[in-house]
Amino acid sequence: MEPEHPSPDTEHESLHEEAHLPPPTLWPIGFAIGIVVILVGLVIDPELISVIGAIIAIVFGFLWARDATAELRGQAVVVEPERRDLVEAGEGMTAPPADQQGAAPPASEGAKIPRSRFLEGATLGLGGVIGGVITVPVAGFALLPSFLGQKQHKVDMGPVADYAVGRWYVATFIVDPAEGTVSRRAAFVRNNGTVSEGGKQVPSFTVISNRCTHLGCPTQANGPSGSILGLPTQTEHTANGKIELDPVVPAGYGCPCHGSQFDTEGNRTAGPAVRALDRYEFEVDNGRLILLSTYSVSHVVGTGAQAKIYKYRQAGPGEHVDGPEQWFYPLQPPHH
Amino acid sequence: MTLRRPPSRAELRRERMEELVNYPLDWLEERSGLIGGVRYFLFRNVPSDINWMQTLGSAALTAFIVQAITGVILAMYYEPTPQGAYPSIVNITDHLTMGWLVRGMHRWGASVFIILMFLHMGRVFLFGAYKYPRELNWIVGVLILVMGMMEGFTGYLLPWDQTAYWATVVGINLNGTAPFLGPWIAQFLRGGQEISADTLTRFYSLHMLVIPGAIIALITLHLYLVIRLGVTSPPWSKEAAGMEPSENGHGELRPGLTRPVARGAAAQAELGGSE
Repeated sequence: MEPEHPSPDTEHESLHEEAHLPPPTLWPIGFAIGIVVILVGLVIDPELISVIGAIIAIVFGFLWARDATAELRGQAVVVEPERRDLVEAGEGMTAPPADQQGAAPPASEGAKIPRSRFLEGATLGLGGVIGGVITVPVAGFALLPSFLGQKQHKVDMGPVADYAVGRWYVATFIVDPAEGTVSRRAAFVRNNGTVSEGGKQVPSFTVISNRCTHLGCPTQANGPSGSILGLPTQTEHTANGKIELDPVVPAGYGCPCHGSQFDTEGNRTAGPAVRALDRYEFEVDNGRLILLSTYSVSHVVGTGAQAKIYKYRQAGPGEHVDGPEQWFYPLQPPHH
Repeated sequence: MTLRRPPSRAELRRERMEELVNYPLDWLEERSGLIGGVRYFLFRNVPSDINWMQTLGSAALTAFIVQAITGVILAMYYEPTPQGAYPSIVNITDHLTMGWLVRGMHRWGASVFIILMFLHMGRVFLFGAYKYPRELNWIVGVLILVMGMMEGFTGYLLPWDQTAYWATVVGINLNGTAPFLGPWIAQFLRGGQEISADTLTRFYSLHMLVIPGAIIALITLHLYLVIRLGVTSPPWSKEAAGMEPSENGHGELRPGLTRPVARGAAAQAELGGSE
């Protein structure tokens, strides 16, 4: 069958004879997506998202309107009706073309998307869009809060004067009073006195996190503390609640879970831990010791104020920060 | 009265009574086909020489159902907050009537579930029941086992005592040491960079909504495949077991399969030729 191109003189007639269906088009779907984006934008960001949605809607609306009015504007439209095979006629029975035209829309060559396929695709596509519109916010809410908006906490550890120079303390404190005891942490703190830095005397502290760098159990100081030393546990009440300072004379630190051992500077000496103990950044503000974020340490050379600390960004327990093994952890989640 | 009636009438009456009693079932069957479905499931043909080892799967399913029911009841009294979790556990165990029993069933049933799954897995392995055409069912079963262990991991935190807390610290950090994605998985499980109240609530949600839902879906698929593919006979079976009797009453072609096998001269010749 030849494609029917209506010649100017037959066009008028054929328009009335055929079923007057608009040609199948995908533009309304784009238009609908534009409307959806406008509505979503009204909730999220009316100035940006809604404008984008409006542009999508206008562009597709224009294309749709152009398509729909093509006939009226007298342009030849390539209509792609559903293809129907001719009646399974018996031998030698051929329907005359005239009858055909009366019974069904003429089948034209090149009908690439039959109606049933179009509806199938539209159903799946629309279902996919609806599914996506639901899934994206749900999945985002499930995953993103764990990674974004992580707060940095400052811990007020009380006056520097509480820390006798050269003495180790097991300091127990609440990182976030709003969280309560679930955020209780411990650190091994030593006041190293002052060190001259750029012509000024700056206070120096060693603040080692007690979290084991194997799997995060709490390491304990190996050595006598508190009552054995005849020294009282000092308590201090600060903005972070109760701070306890337990004097200790450690030979090192040991983990009760899997037996890792560390020296007093936090260097690993034995066991399955992969690096030295983490440390806290600190500042001295108005004569008070303030703990900031933690950072990871591969190893420490020297002690006290003269220690050279090989410092890395905070990594999770069990993760190497140096050597080839660090390549296993190229991307770290946001951390403060 | 009944003595005077002829037996045929008593039978008739009996029939009518049965009809009346069965009416609700018939009503349901006519509208849903469920009764027939359940009958098909319960009274389907299995090889005659199956043994008790083949009930381990049903036992594991029973253990899961016990976990689901006791878990639902426990959820009515448990409070997933750092302040309330441990006291609510104490309340369930020490104060509520039979709370100790239901919590005990859930606590010990968890181990029973895992043990039965392993025994069932061992039976399937030793009987060769994972072979064609049941490989997919083995894979589904392994997923159920993994989900069961995730239930164990997330449920362990909920009592919120020292053991629970530090076991979860270690467990999450173990996940964190996985290459590449590990730190991200750990942070997702914690719900942040440190264990907090969010960790407890998300473990609670995973433990009682997400993972059980996945297990129920997987068990449904597992059972569907069991019914579709039939039960394997033990490896020492002498008969052409596991095969539904064909119309001729002989299932001699492919032992261990309920899949219809092509019959006829061509198929016979092919079978003969391959041997």
